[in-house]
Amino acid sequence: MTASDTSARPLVDREHSLFLLREMLRIRRFEEKAAEMYSLQKIHGFLHLYIGEEATGVGAMQVFTQQDNIVATYREHGQALVRGMPARVLMAEMFGKATGCSRGHGGSMHFFDVSRRFFGGYAIVGGGLPVAVGLALADKMQNRQAITGCYFGDGAVAEGEFHESMNLAALWKLPVVFLCENNLYAMGTALERYQAQTDISRKAAAYGLPSSAVDGMDILAVEAAAKQAADYVRGGNGPYLLESRTYRFRAHSMADPDLYRTKEEIEGWKKRDPIVLFERKLRELGLLTDADLARIESEIATEIEDAVQFAEASPREPIEDLLKDVGGQVAR
Amino acid sequence: MTKMTYREAVRAAMRKALREDPRVFLMGEDVGRYGGAFAVSLGLLAEFGPERIRDAPLSESAFFGAGIGAALGGMRPIVEIMTINFSMLAMDQILNNAATLRHMSGGQLNVPIVCRVATGGGRQMAAQHSHSLEGWYAHIPGIKVLTPATVPDAYGMVLAALREPDPVFIFEHATLYPLEGEVDESTETFDITRAAVMRPGKDVSLITYGGTLGKTMQAAVRLASDGVDAEVIDLRTLRPLDTRTIVNSVAKTHRAAVIDEAWRTGSFSAEISAQIMENAFDDLDAPVARVCSAEAPMPYAKHLEAAALPQVEQIVAAAQELVSRHG
Repeated sequence: MTASDTSARPLVDREHSLFLLREMLRIRRFEEKAAEMYSLQKIHGFLHLYIGEEATGVGAMQVFTQQDNIVATYREHGQALVRGMPARVLMAEMFGKATGCSRGHGGSMHFFDVSRRFFGGYAIVGGGLPVAVGLALADKMQNRQAITGCYFGDGAVAEGEFHESMNLAALWKLPVVFLCENNLYAMGTALERYQAQTDISRKAAAYGLPSSAVDGMDILAVEAAAKQAADYVRGGNGPYLLESRTYRFRAHSMADPDLYRTKEEIEGWKKRDPIVLFERKLRELGLLTDADLARIESEIATEIEDAVQFAEASPREPIEDLLKDVGGQVAR
Repeated sequence: MTKMTYREAVRAAMRKALREDPRVFLMGEDVGRYGGAFAVSLGLLAEFGPERIRDAPLSESAFFGAGIGAALGGMRPIVEIMTINFSMLAMDQILNNAATLRHMSGGQLNVPIVCRVATGGGRQMAAQHSHSLEGWYAHIPGIKVLTPATVPDAYGMVLAALREPDPVFIFEHATLYPLEGEVDESTETFDITRAAVMRPGKDVSLITYGGTLGKTMQAAVRLASDGVDAEVIDLRTLRPLDTRTIVNSVAKTHRAAVIDEAWRTGSFSAEISAQIMENAFDDLDAPVARVCSAEAPMPYAKHLEAAALPQVEQIVAAAQELVSRHG
């Protein structure tokens, strides 16, 4: 049972394929706009772009239902969009507005939407994993059928919380899909410079859970591999580790001068741009026309323009509400 | 009223909560088959089974974080961390997630987790099992910090904590587990918002919490025989702090000493002192005194540990010094 087993892949259905392409393009254009807004100083703080990794974000999310829980990282714009969070509340959040998904308390790194069981972007690398384990524990203890999708980067694999969480989830047979988005860099440090064992999927064996690695630039492969992982977890067998091998085309954050990678390396990966690859495939299959693409791009442009206008026009959180949602207070 | 030990009181409260609320479960190292490192949960596994009395691996960060996730998923976890020094291994989850999620999510999430932690020295456990770091916790917005010093509080604070919508930390001073007292198990309401005046007095306020309450009460008895009428305040809850009770006491006595088993520098005793200065400066007839632990890692040898910890003699001396000053 490997991720490259093509028989497990979904049929290349036109409607679904165009949906996948559209979702990847939504992320790409949203991120490009976010970068522009950062340059215009509409967005501040850290901004980590997902460009290049869209196939993982879109492909994997297809296997989770609205009853399932999602735990993501500080590079979570893609997951949030695909989960169904409106672009406008995400943009407003990054603008620091009261209409943002976290009312401007979180910013780019901390998107939350409890109505979509999107339990947030966690910006301590590895810090979301124990929370995901607990969400799965709650589901299991309450006999719910839901599973938890837990996204994290390759950097998290070096953290103790990764290993503790793998062990705990496997020990208690908890329904978690651990989804490692391996973009080969922990901020600026290359995988082979910080991992003795660079095959991340092999780490699962130490905890007795199954795993696989998939080409993170091939959206259909990601979707198929994620389905295989989710089916296993839904079957009550315990957790599964899926490693999606991908690459970020942009720097770690807008603050990163990207001095640690060669232009040749980046250009080499851009030849495997997941959107370009998928477009090409769909054209070859006769499933995508120029008119389709123009329509999709136009709809996305409208959506993103609306998001910016909404964010711009939205009010800021009143300063009087600064302490409103601090927990542990007493009414006096 | 039922006579029981502090240990039994914590257990009785957990048993009551486990019986009444199916969402409640206990999770931690050796809480099940071993019965708890301090035997607090002894017998609970037999009554409630391994799903609800859940032995966890030595993974403080993972099982505390799992408690957060379980709380988000509708459960009411009680997480036991064996000692406060071990809780450092869970600090990422405690500070960056538990205390933060409600505000960072714009109010969408809340984390009703209760965490019980043994704290404090006095048992010759040396420098990795004996410190009093609850003051660090009291620094953190988003959580409540309870320090039961009496048997009724050991019981009531567990039940009160389980009714809170946000994280509550209960620091149980490990020397208190054998302490005997009386608990009214029929009581359904437990106030955790107020400090308690444990002994009224007019000459000096002795302000303390947790493991040093007993020593402070002994000091008050000794002071009384010397003609000094000390008022003893048990803070009970470090965060949010009941400043009013402290200020009212100082307004009466005009003198205050803070007794805190933590190190002096940057300690919770410093916070109390600052609160008094900010809110009762004009009432003071003397500077606020502090009796704290020596600024060293807790030593093993009995005589060294005793010298490091606040003792009755030092409390008496500090109070005598305060009353010797004329206003």
